[in-house]
This record gives sequence, structure tokens and C-alpha cells, in this order.
Amino acid sequence: MILIVEQLLNGLQYGVMLFLLAAGLTLIFGIMGVINLAHGSLFMVGAYAGTYVAGVTGSFWLGLPAALLAAGMTGFVVEAVVIRRLYARDHLDQVLATFALILIANQGIVLVFGRQPVFTPLPEIFSGSVEVLPGLPYPIYRLFIIAVGLLVAVGLYLLINRTRVGMLVRAGATNRDMVRALGVDIRGLYTLVFGLGALLAGLAGYMIGPISSVQVGMGEQILLATFVVVVVGGVGSIKGAFVAGIGLGVVDTLLRAFLPGVLRGVMPPSDADAIGLGVASMGIYLLMALVLLVRPRGLFAAGA
Amino acid sequence: MSVLRVTHLVKRFGGLVATDDVSLTVEAGEIHALIGPNGAGKSTLINQLCGELAPDGGRVELGGRDVTRASVPARVALGLGRTFQVTSLLEEATCRENIAMAVQARAGLNFRIWDRIAGRQGIWDQADATLAGTGLVARVDVRAQDLSHGERKQLELLVALARKPRVLLLDEPMAGLGHVESAQMIAQLRDIPLPMLLVEHDMAAVFALATRISVLVYGRIIASGSVEDIRENPEVRAAYLGAEDALC
Repeated sequence: MILIVEQLLNGLQYGVMLFLLAAGLTLIFGIMGVINLAHGSLFMVGAYAGTYVAGVTGSFWLGLPAALLAAGMTGFVVEAVVIRRLYARDHLDQVLATFALILIANQGIVLVFGRQPVFTPLPEIFSGSVEVLPGLPYPIYRLFIIAVGLLVAVGLYLLINRTRVGMLVRAGATNRDMVRALGVDIRGLYTLVFGLGALLAGLAGYMIGPISSVQVGMGEQILLATFVVVVVGGVGSIKGAFVAGIGLGVVDTLLRAFLPGVLRGVMPPSDADAIGLGVASMGIYLLMALVLLVRPRGLFAAGA
Repeated sequence: MSVLRVTHLVKRFGGLVATDDVSLTVEAGEIHALIGPNGAGKSTLINQLCGELAPDGGRVELGGRDVTRASVPARVALGLGRTFQVTSLLEEATCRENIAMAVQARAGLNFRIWDRIAGRQGIWDQADATLAGTGLVARVDVRAQDLSHGERKQLELLVALARKPRVLLLDEPMAGLGHVESAQMIAQLRDIPLPMLLVEHDMAAVFALATRISVLVYGRIIASGSVEDIRENPEVRAAYLGAEDALC
């Protein structure tokens, strides 16, 4: 029981990460129609910039604005220089161009920081654990990540559903042509959305630093799962990104933790471990296939 | 002064001249209908007027201002409103919300974009005012996707009107409408005191509404004139109207 709760929390923490990345990606994909493979690079840029500043100053909290600023600025420049030329192009061009951005970002990071993973110092208050249940200590820092993710979710919900700019963003995700025909300067909206997505990616990248290493290629590892979240949640839907992010995060974590053990009951241990881990790592893709069978446009697709 | 003036507009796609030296105007108080067979270049022309497509030559003026190179939002800001051939709405939003979107677009992306919508009663009041007295007044809280095809066409027109345009470009507003719905749409269009450029296949609607008709064939305007002129123009009959019964 305690083990299950612990893995649920781990899944929640992973899900929150996926949500932070998928929220930006789903808006960029849904509103701008751009497949941005380089979203993971923004995640990496945020992680490196924040971790570097935290390392130099010795302060975790100074790393945070650095991560946001670096990812936001990178997003801003990338949108203005590259992405803006891709809106009218087809998806193959977008994939090629943003894939090139991944290679450039990865090599750029290697040139500046080298290939060695870097680590973020954790402030004192995050170093311990709290007992979330009797007999279950859980690292404070992971709880902090979950809390930040949920706060961002609430903030995004209010922004998207309660403000005028949110109304335009929702309308833009549903029907771009109509919004343009009503005279909204959609380019301004695009820059805003891309910048917001970059900020969230940078935030996620910096926060993941202390619990997994900050290294070249970290963005691509999580990007694939993020795209699955976007597709399952429904392109353009923040709510979908939230539900699918948390859901897939939990499912993935639970499968990896428990499937080998379950299979050991019915087959030899070595086979159970191999098959269990294999199936567990396929889990979210199988789930995606199932969801798409029932709801081909994802759980909460924006637009019809 | 013409509300909309197009002079010597040219658009080529490779060897194909899709818009071939087209000149036309929309004057205050008139409904100028643009007719032509499929593939005549009507959509290409509309897209150049809206700013979706840049012409290779010629000039587009809105209210006397040159907008040939202007963006879509810039043209809308100068009073251009449009509807689409395929109805374009926020499907999951209600009628009221669709209208509110247009009202709010008129306010623009200014520094107050972070305001709460709920606090801006004006937006909803204006949306209700736009819907009052229309056939949709009993359907304000129905989602666009749940409306009938005729109601959707009607809503799209109201959305365009809520933006308070000075001239309307209507891309086949009768498409897919039945007899009764067409009659309602004709009545609705007749009540709108705005100059319009009406692209339409439904000849009954064109003859009922238009004050002037231009005929586009292979990217060129082959005839332009009053309803009677066009009905009796032999060149138009040969090129487009064809059989006698197409006229009724």
C-alpha cells in the first residue's frame, strides 16, 4: 500500500512535468499549426541556464529566473527567426527545420558546457523528506515540483478561461481563420503563445535538474512522451494536456514499478523482468492507440 | 468614393492567370454580385481582397486607402468583414460566445487583454444586442456545432456584423441552404444596410439581391452591369448561364 502511494506520487510528479511541457506544445500545435520538435530544446536550455546560474551564485532561487529568462528569450528569438517562416509551410518542412534546431541546440550546449551532466544545488529546505503517510517519507523537493505544477495548472486555467487574451487563445486554437477574419493580429498572439510555451518548458527543465541529470539530449527523452500527451489530451486543449499528462505519468510510472513484479507470479523472474519492462515502456503508446481508437481527436480536442 | 475599389488586379500561379486584369468597385449602398462558373477564380479574387493572398499586380483600395500589401487584420481594422464558403465558427462555443468573440476582437489586443472577461459586462451586452431580434434569439446558449446548417450560416453573418464592418465580402452565403432557409437569408441580407460584394452560385438569390452583377470567367470580368443587362447579355449566356432555365 505504501509502495503504491509512493509510486503514485512519483507518477504525479512525472505527470506534472509532462503537463508543463505539453501545455505549451499543445497550444503551439493547436493555435499555430506548427509541429515544434525543438520544444525539448527549450526545456534543455532552461535546465542548463538555471543550473549554471544556480551553480555560480550558489542559490537555487536565482537559477529559477535565469532558467525562465533563457528559455523565454530563446523561444522568442526562435519564433521570430525560424518558426514565423514555417506557419504557411507543410508539416514536413516544420519537422525538418525544428529537427535542425534540436541538433544546433545540442551541439551549442556541448560547445558551451561540454558533455558532462551538471547538477543543481538544492536549498536546505528541500533536502529532507516529510512523512506523507505514516511510514512513508517522501522527498520535499518532489512535493515542491508537484505543487508548482498544480499551481501552474490553476494559473493557466484562469488565464485561458477568465481573461480576454485567454478567450482569443481559445478561439485561435479552435478556428484560426475566423479569428483572423475578425481582425485579430494573430502574429502577436503566436509570439505570446510561443513565449509562454517556452517559459513553461524552461521551468520544467530547471525543476527536473536536481532529480535527474541535466545533460545534452534530455529534451528528446521527454519530448516523445510529451507528444503522446498532446495527442491523447487533444491538440490545442490545456485541460487535455493536464488530464493526459497526469494520467500518462501515473500509468507509465506504475507500469514500470509493478508490471515486472506482477508477471513474476506467472513466469520465470528473468523473463518477467524483461517482458515487464518492455511492455511498461510501451504502455503509454498502447494507451494512446486505445484512446485514439475511441476518440480519434484525443480526449478534449479543441475545435470540431 | 467607392467603399472597395479593385484596379487591374493580376494573380498568376505558374502559367495560369487566375486573376486577369480585374477591376471592380463596391459603392455605398449597393450589393455587387460576382458570379462565374467553378474555377473562374472567384475564391482567388476573394482571398486577394481579404489579404490572404498577395496579388502580382494591380491595386486594392478600402475606403480610399491603398491596402494592396496590407495584412488581414489591417484590412479588418479598416472595415472589411467577410464570411467563408465553408462556415467558420467556434464550434464548441455558444452563439452568444461566438458573437462575444467578435465584439472583443473589435476591442483589439491592447494593454487590457489581461482583464477578466466576466468583469466586462459590455462585451456580453453588445453580444445580446447583436442577437436581439434575429432568428437566433431563442438559441443564444446553444453551441454552434448543435445548430442547423441554416442557423450556422446566419450566426456566421451575425459574427461578421458584430465586428462592425463597413463593407462585407460574402463567399456563397446560400451554399447548402434549402428553399425556406435561402428565403430567410435573402431577407436577412436585404435588411443589412451595408455595401456588399456577394459571391454566389444561387442565381435566384443573386437576382433578388444584387444591384449590380459582374461575371468572372477564366479570371476575367467578361461583363458587368445591372441585373437586366446581365440577364440579356449574349456573351454571358454563352459563357456561363448556358441553358435558358438557369435564369429562373
